[in-house]
Amino acid sequence: MRNDMFSMLRRSPHCLQQARKSGSRLGAVLACLLIFFMAVPDMAMAYSDEELRNVAERLDAKSSTQKIEVIEEMAADGDPRVAPILRAMLEGDLYVRESDEHVVITRKQGKVYTHIDIVSGEEIGESGSKEISKIKVNNRLRGVLRDALATLNLFSPDLTTRTNAVEQIMDARDPAMLPLLLRAIDREEDETLLARMELARATMALAAGETTEERLAAIEVLSSETTPQIRAVLYQFVASAEAGGFEPEVIAAANDALESVEGRLSTWQTVGDVYRGISLGSVLLLAAVGLAITFGVMGVINMAHGEMIMIGAYTTFMVQQALGSFLPSGSAWSLAISVPAAFLVAGAVGVVIERSVIRFLYGRPLETLLATWGVSLVLQQAIRTIFGATNQQVTAPDFMSGAIEFSTGLVLTYNRLWIILFSIIVVAGIAAVLRYTAFGLQMRAVTQNRRMAGSVGIRTGYVDALTFGLGSGIAGIAGVALSQISNVSPNLGQTYIIDSFMVVVFGGVGNLWGTVLGAFSLGIVNKFLEPVAGAVLAKIFVLIALILFIQKRPKGLFALKGRAVEA
Amino acid sequence: MTDYRQKYQMTPVIGWLLNDRGGMILLGILIAAAILVPMSNLLLPESSAFHVPTWMVSLLGKYLCYALLALSVDLIWGFCGILSLGHGAFFALGGYAMGMYLMRQIGDRGVYGDPVLPDFMVFLNWQELPWYWYGFDMFWFAIVMAMFVPGLLAFVFGFLAFRSRVTGVYLSIITQAMTYALLLAFFRNDMGFGGNNGLTDFKDLLGYSLQSDGTRAGLFVASCVFLGICYVVARGITQSRLGKVLIAIRDAESRVRFTGYRVEYYKLFVFTVSAVMAGIAGALYVPQVGIINPGEFAPALSIEIVIWVAVGGRGTLYGAVLGAFIVNYAKTFFTGAMPDFWLFFLGGLFIAVTLFLPKGVIGAIPAFGSPDRQSIITAWRKRRANEGGKA
Amino acid sequence: MSEAAIQVNASDEEQVKSARSETILYVDGVSVTFDGFRALNNLSFYVEPGELRAIIGPNGAGKTTMMDIITGKTRPDTGDVLFKSEIDLTKLDEAEIANLGIGRKFQKPTVFESHTVFDNLLLACSGGRGVFQALFHRLSAAEKIKIEKTLVTIMLEDKRDEMAANLSHGQKQWLEIGMLLMQEPELLLVDEPVAGMTDSETEETAKLLRSISKEYSVVVVEHDMEFVRDLDCKVTVLHEGSVLAEGRLDHVQKDPRVIEVYLGR
Repeated sequence: MRNDMFSMLRRSPHCLQQARKSGSRLGAVLACLLIFFMAVPDMAMAYSDEELRNVAERLDAKSSTQKIEVIEEMAADGDPRVAPILRAMLEGDLYVRESDEHVVITRKQGKVYTHIDIVSGEEIGESGSKEISKIKVNNRLRGVLRDALATLNLFSPDLTTRTNAVEQIMDARDPAMLPLLLRAIDREEDETLLARMELARATMALAAGETTEERLAAIEVLSSETTPQIRAVLYQFVASAEAGGFEPEVIAAANDALESVEGRLSTWQTVGDVYRGISLGSVLLLAAVGLAITFGVMGVINMAHGEMIMIGAYTTFMVQQALGSFLPSGSAWSLAISVPAAFLVAGAVGVVIERSVIRFLYGRPLETLLATWGVSLVLQQAIRTIFGATNQQVTAPDFMSGAIEFSTGLVLTYNRLWIILFSIIVVAGIAAVLRYTAFGLQMRAVTQNRRMAGSVGIRTGYVDALTFGLGSGIAGIAGVALSQISNVSPNLGQTYIIDSFMVVVFGGVGNLWGTVLGAFSLGIVNKFLEPVAGAVLAKIFVLIALILFIQKRPKGLFALKGRAVEA
Repeated sequence: MTDYRQKYQMTPVIGWLLNDRGGMILLGILIAAAILVPMSNLLLPESSAFHVPTWMVSLLGKYLCYALLALSVDLIWGFCGILSLGHGAFFALGGYAMGMYLMRQIGDRGVYGDPVLPDFMVFLNWQELPWYWYGFDMFWFAIVMAMFVPGLLAFVFGFLAFRSRVTGVYLSIITQAMTYALLLAFFRNDMGFGGNNGLTDFKDLLGYSLQSDGTRAGLFVASCVFLGICYVVARGITQSRLGKVLIAIRDAESRVRFTGYRVEYYKLFVFTVSAVMAGIAGALYVPQVGIINPGEFAPALSIEIVIWVAVGGRGTLYGAVLGAFIVNYAKTFFTGAMPDFWLFFLGGLFIAVTLFLPKGVIGAIPAFGSPDRQSIITAWRKRRANEGGKA
Repeated sequence: MSEAAIQVNASDEEQVKSARSETILYVDGVSVTFDGFRALNNLSFYVEPGELRAIIGPNGAGKTTMMDIITGKTRPDTGDVLFKSEIDLTKLDEAEIANLGIGRKFQKPTVFESHTVFDNLLLACSGGRGVFQALFHRLSAAEKIKIEKTLVTIMLEDKRDEMAANLSHGQKQWLEIGMLLMQEPELLLVDEPVAGMTDSETEETAKLLRSISKEYSVVVVEHDMEFVRDLDCKVTVLHEGSVLAEGRLDHVQKDPRVIEVYLGR
């Protein structure tokens, strides 16, 4: 009877309410626990060796109900030796030795079980599976064990363990834990953890609190939080509150609290979507920005653009390999070295392509498209022949791994943050080159009026080659960044080429800022659609929207209007 | 050469047929193939030196479908300057329509034995046939759909694009986006077209087993016939005044507008006709290869079609057919003998043809080539010499 | 060309109406801006039926933009453009305007290079422009006669089966004019017809345009003063998007503002 109620309690505060009213034995048990803890101010109450052995032997009881009683008894004791026993039991490593009926923790290696004494924690022999019998656990027991362990961890000297225990308690929201939690609050000195504990207490006090004031206070505490978890707590409470017969003012307050938590959460959701959109946008921007030069400035449809990105990624891989084998101490610098290396390698390949193929095709965009597609196939196959078709591993440096996590569920991974920053730096760099250098001036001159530029002494062929090299080199740099988030394989370029063209066309050809805005707006729209439609459909919608957009503004967002020059 | 056009002024159809040497050769070969290949396959013993094995019949039939696809691309690219990088989508849609019919023909012979639902739907736990699968148990309906659906898509897409005067590479890029969007869509299981795996395990067509030699020969003949008919239709279009307008659009679009033609309607017409032809090619292709999956929507495949046309020689129609055969034979050869070199070859072909053979193989044959046969490199040298002289 | 253009007094409605009712082309208060650059600035001028009019002006005066607006390629920001006093050209597209009877010749000769001279004229031949009309079209005897006649007019009768790509620069210009004639337009807009022509070709072209203007209204945009003098017609001078002066060439040439615009810089 009691156990049934226990499991019911775990399910919903509504049941708890009933139980509370019916004045079952549970109340008495809780009260006992409470009194017990209050009576014994210090945790250092512990079993003697013999007591521990005895109580552990009782774990091998016939029924789960009995086992649960023992587990709870042990957990309430606070002996530091209890936790390893319960953990072993949870993991199915707790056995009874046939020879002396002692309970032992075992560690299995092959067919041999090493026995560890529960009292001393030392190895005391080994055996096969025949000589020992397992203390069986079922799912219900596992739940009880987990909760019990969490409770024990609340008093661990280690802060991280305690923090985890609080989180676990908050997930479980078992009112039976409340007295222990209260004790832990009394003892806790860490401010941050204390706040979490108060919150955990509030989640339980909401339903299990004795008085209206207590519940209102709990709601007050909860309403100031902004996490999906608290929303779930409040939602669950509100959903069952009517039937639970709670006071109307409590229900109203809970409703208000839920609303405000939801409101703030949806704001955070939007912030998260925008962030993810910006993150995707920066990837698109990096992929497209080289194209903004080759296609936007020179008008060359470079279908091998994706392969330039791929070459950049493979250069990163090569730099890492080289550093790994020749200068392991310098591997932290691999990305820093990869950026100029990728620029030079991809840029050089670009110059070769321009001189050998594209220069014959200026003014013939469709032919350029086909020829550069051919180039892309050759490059793909060349990489496949050299490196194989499988993905290559590019490791992330330490400063790029990890993330900033917000309690609201928003996670900002460092590699994405770096890529956002990197894309901004790259675009700023290009803008500066185009605007402030002599090369930028010549480049603009050649694209505006080739013959005129030629006659004032600019070597137009040279400028063409370097411009194309610049666009390709930037694609190579993008490859360095994208190697951190994509598979480095011969198909890397293919995954970006259509997106890149979409960005440039959407933003408006020949306009760097159009490309920036195009990339970020496409990224954000995509990420806002994703939760609603799913990733693939979102992408399809974006493509269709783009096709329709081009109908409306055939020259992109930032098209230059002008007198009709074509005749 | 006699100008038959003058001679047969009263019967222009015969006139432009006789006037078209390449076309006459093509039609002659198609008729001969349609008679001789099935005969040799079905009647001659396998030991005979002239026996065409069944796998070869299917392979040639597949090439004929590609040739029809290439023809449809040449009709818009060669004559109207519309470079579609999404024609694979129309081909695949035609193929799916036929595939849906073939799926329904399986009936209760599938793995799960459901009399109505195809296996993949049973697998996905679908309870009933989606509405868009209705009617595909009838052959005529599937054939109509194989032409109607690509045609409709081309009409709507073309209407939007041409009305807004999206031209040149912009059009190429959005056609590519179109086929890419369809690729993603057809990969989804929810679409009800078999997702990743597509439609396959076909059993029979109009009651004839797809495995039998007779059916395969029949499909081969059908491919010959449809290629021939579509060639004559395409030739008729390009020889009419409408065809002249198309070429004029290709060369000087705004001049055509100022002459009073609604350029968008002309483009829309030829784009739709071309898509219908691509759909027919797809419908013929699927029973011969036994599968249709979303891979046919891949943008890379659509670009490959363009190179078939370029290799053969754009703007001639029969050149496209020749190109489809050359490139696909090379593909069969390379992927069998040295698969690693296929992409090198194909990539090199793209580069070489655009730089050195702008009029394709046909253009390099004196009897067919036009007098101003010059490579782009030569043109480039001339242009540079000109600029140098003036600068 | 007996009378100078009627000066329109905006306050006098009667006069406006009469001005409009007598014009084949009525351009009034047209302005258009490209990214902050004002290409046309309150431009107004009128062309009477059967008139030959030359429009001159330095580079950037807005000549080609004006042509773009009349033929529907560019939409004005403000202003009215009326054809035959009643049809609002700003609402129509290029093909509709062309079919109304306004033909345009480009600055750069644009003919259909892959077609023969004969086919070029055939395509320009007035008649059905519909897709299916074109698909099932067959050359009629009347059309053939008309094409032959035009071939004579533009002095290309011996080039009838030559590809247009193989014509000389001047011949392409004539062919283009011939194509305009085939459209049987009521108003011909001709943009720099003699650019890049030899002297004898220029003379021939002037003769050609003068003879054409007997049947049609013609507006010629030109740089070449000698050629404009040969045309012997009323001249409108454009400057910075609006009309600077109007009248006979010798009269206009004495205008100090015109002299400043042409010589002052």
